[in-house]
Amino acid sequence: MVSQNVLQKYEMVIGLEVHVELKTRTKIFCSCPTDFGAEPNTQCCPICAGLPGALPVLNRQALYYAIKAGLATNCKIASTTKQHRKHYFYPDLPNAYQISQYDKPLCENGYLDIETGKGTKRIGITRIHIEEDAGKLVHLEGEGTLIDCNRGGVPLIEIVSEPDIRSAEEAKAYLQKLRAVIMYTGISDCKMNEGSFRCDVNISVRKKGEKGLGVRAEIKNINSFLFVVRAIEYEFARQVEAIEAGETLVQETRRFDSATGKTYSMRTKENATDYRYMPNPDLPVIEVTGELLDRLKSEIPMLPDQRKKKYTEEYGLTPYAAEQITVQRETADYFEKAAALTDYPVLVANMILTDIARLQQPDQTDIPILPVHLAAIAQMAGEGRINSRTGRILVQELWENDTDPEKLVEEKGLEQISDINILSGYAKEVIAENPKTVSDYLSGKAAAFQALVGQVMKKTGGRGNPVIIQEILKRLIHKKE
Amino acid sequence: MKEEITAKTVSQLSRLLAKKEVSAVETVSAYIQKIQDLNGSLGAYITVTEKAALKQAEEVDRLRAKGESLPLLAGIPVGLKDNICTKGTPTTCASRMLEGFVPPYNAFVVDLLESQMAVMLGKLNMDEFAMGSSNETSYFGPVRNPVDTERVPGGSSGGCTAAVAAGLAAFALGSDTAGSIRQPAAFCGVVGLKPTYGAVSRRGLVALASSLDQIGPITKDVGDSALVFEAIAKHDEQDATSVRREYPPLAKILEKGAEGLRIGLPKELFSDIISGEVKTAVKAAAERLEALGAKLDEVSLPLLKAAHSACFVISAAEASSNMGKFDGIKYGYRAKDCGSIDEIYKFSRSQGFGRGVKRRILLGNLFLSAGHYQKYYSNALKIRTLIRRDFENVFEKFDLILTPTTPTTAYKLGEKRGDPLEIYMGDICTAAANMAGLPALSLPCGADLSGLPVGMQLIGNAFDEPLIYRAAYAYEQSAKTARRKDD
Repeated sequence: MVSQNVLQKYEMVIGLEVHVELKTRTKIFCSCPTDFGAEPNTQCCPICAGLPGALPVLNRQALYYAIKAGLATNCKIASTTKQHRKHYFYPDLPNAYQISQYDKPLCENGYLDIETGKGTKRIGITRIHIEEDAGKLVHLEGEGTLIDCNRGGVPLIEIVSEPDIRSAEEAKAYLQKLRAVIMYTGISDCKMNEGSFRCDVNISVRKKGEKGLGVRAEIKNINSFLFVVRAIEYEFARQVEAIEAGETLVQETRRFDSATGKTYSMRTKENATDYRYMPNPDLPVIEVTGELLDRLKSEIPMLPDQRKKKYTEEYGLTPYAAEQITVQRETADYFEKAAALTDYPVLVANMILTDIARLQQPDQTDIPILPVHLAAIAQMAGEGRINSRTGRILVQELWENDTDPEKLVEEKGLEQISDINILSGYAKEVIAENPKTVSDYLSGKAAAFQALVGQVMKKTGGRGNPVIIQEILKRLIHKKE
Repeated sequence: MKEEITAKTVSQLSRLLAKKEVSAVETVSAYIQKIQDLNGSLGAYITVTEKAALKQAEEVDRLRAKGESLPLLAGIPVGLKDNICTKGTPTTCASRMLEGFVPPYNAFVVDLLESQMAVMLGKLNMDEFAMGSSNETSYFGPVRNPVDTERVPGGSSGGCTAAVAAGLAAFALGSDTAGSIRQPAAFCGVVGLKPTYGAVSRRGLVALASSLDQIGPITKDVGDSALVFEAIAKHDEQDATSVRREYPPLAKILEKGAEGLRIGLPKELFSDIISGEVKTAVKAAAERLEALGAKLDEVSLPLLKAAHSACFVISAAEASSNMGKFDGIKYGYRAKDCGSIDEIYKFSRSQGFGRGVKRRILLGNLFLSAGHYQKYYSNALKIRTLIRRDFENVFEKFDLILTPTTPTTAYKLGEKRGDPLEIYMGDICTAAANMAGLPALSLPCGADLSGLPVGMQLIGNAFDEPLIYRAAYAYEQSAKTARRKDD
């Protein structure tokens, strides 16, 4: 392997092609359902099985979803667009052509802004086009190969980025942002394990400072962010090593093996298929009217970047908290509902990102607590009626059995104790009972003070106001001295 | 009586059936008898579905006996070109490639005919995958012209036109990509319509060239053509190229006559490329139309020849794409002893397709390939735009265009075999209408010196089938009267 010193002389130039399955109820050119995981060949008809005489009719919903993807990524939407046939022979492609788009894609010239270590960076989006997915081959050891047409004809969009990406981290940030934006629009589940969000990486390398592009490799069909990062890192080193060794790189398609972490050549450009693109005569030119665009625009919810801005400016969240809250649309929606019902939105955000996040399973987005209840907890905490510990306990209790937290506080007597006389009494007892800890504190051990606070808190049954307890303790200890 | 039944037109039969002067079973039996007598020598049918036909006929008779009023086509025997899918009945496209293929669905037009209770007699022979103009390329053997069995019936809908001309079907549905309905109609002396692109659904038609293909009626006379066209020109939501368009009732329009219709005669199709005898017959027909009150004038369509070449490029390109699905994997013919997926493709397609089909696939792939796309396919599309404009200009001043349907009358079997270029010249008069998506009808207009039928073609503006039918019907009625006088 080449050394870090050598690698540092080079930079990588990366463009990403992402395929996203649209979650329409039916397929793109027929009325077969698109549900994942059905018995093989139970969701196909003469159209998706490529029987002679069968004709495709475009599912308008797929078109609308694709336009939404374009609008959400700042693309220009074509007023007219064509669908093409892309020809190649493979058994999972019953017509021997895939219906896709060639020139005149539906969406062009968009961008996404990503957060990098060096601040915000804009990644250009070359185009987004609509196409159909292929079927699936099932290879049975010793028995041959079977074809499952269920996935054939599931609507896809292909999102092609400009070669603006310069590191694996940027690639990951772009993919995460893209996924978040797509999920916000509600057009796809983007489930990587089910293949509804998959990525091809185009990568070449060049010496830093050079303007021209190197010979690129395309790494096909990577289905996790982690693998994208690993594939890029491996491929970067491989290409640099080849150049350093004086080898000539060839333009090729490679595959990533997650078991070895390496990429392997599948075919070179010399063996590339001539797809013989042709406008599909079965499908008329698609016209996108201004009215349609206006309607679809109005249906696009506020996207992560806009929400982030709103949360920092209006609710006073830190940029970090705002970024975290907006990763999932469901979380952001929940936050907004709760934040509107309290004077303390920052506390709502903190509870979501700590107390609630702790209770959620990985990938879980739903929160079984009514927003109004979480808002009430924040309100009580903000007004000093409960302390943060009680807040955490309430979240835990409501998570298991959602109820009105105000009543709960009342019934269980969870109100914060801020009465100076009561707290002073407990503090005096604690000082008397823990002379060693007090002297430790006085000799400069900060942890000793926290232990004393803890002791007082214990005596209040966890309901003491921590700020007042600290003040009283300090006053009493120093007065004694 | 049996001979009489098979000589009747659809409208005559329909009346007889409605008045119960003849039963559907009698009608269908007469046709089946005639098929048994003649199909051996003509080769018009690939599949005859006599049992199902008789059963359907019985059902029609039963309903009629109950006093129900039935659709016009109820009990009328029809033959379908074998590239129109029929549920449960093999659809071969006259190719080995579709061996054993039985569609699980009907073409939209078949559903329409079934709803009209027409009775399907069987599936008609054709050039393999509709590629050809002589009907000599069928895997099931050639079709012969009933006018002279030494001669070809034309193609690719030669089985349809031979069947209708010989009385083996009351009418037939064929398909036309560059002249495949009109040219054989002219050769066999019957009437064939290529409708406006989008007027008739293509769903269930095994595509040759999807942007050019249309299904159309082949009938004994013009009245029948209008009647059948009306039955099949319905919007189909499941064909994205099907147009939502209502035609006015055609039966009334037929009677309006040719008076005042402005008809252009393109000089390019009255030139040396057309045989003298054909020209003479078509010119005489033009004079008759003029006598009927039509206004005739010469026009020019300078791009006709270029359109014909461009039509070949587009049709081969689309055909090469459409033929890809026949890969030996899912249905149809698969070669034996294949060691790999590539061998399944290679051997199945090599053995399953005939020469003409392979030639088109190879040419079509060439036309679409990187490095040739601009020169061939892209230029062909440009010419297509230009010929459309040519027609638009002509139709600003004219209602219809009149041309010969074919450069010659029917030639002998084997005469042009091995000369694909010459056979392809047979489309010179017809291809432009497909390129521009226009309706065009061929109807008989006399004979050459050997007594072989000559066809004339009327081309209309998009959706102007009613005007075409007015002129064609007026001509046909007048010619019939004249013949009677001669007799």
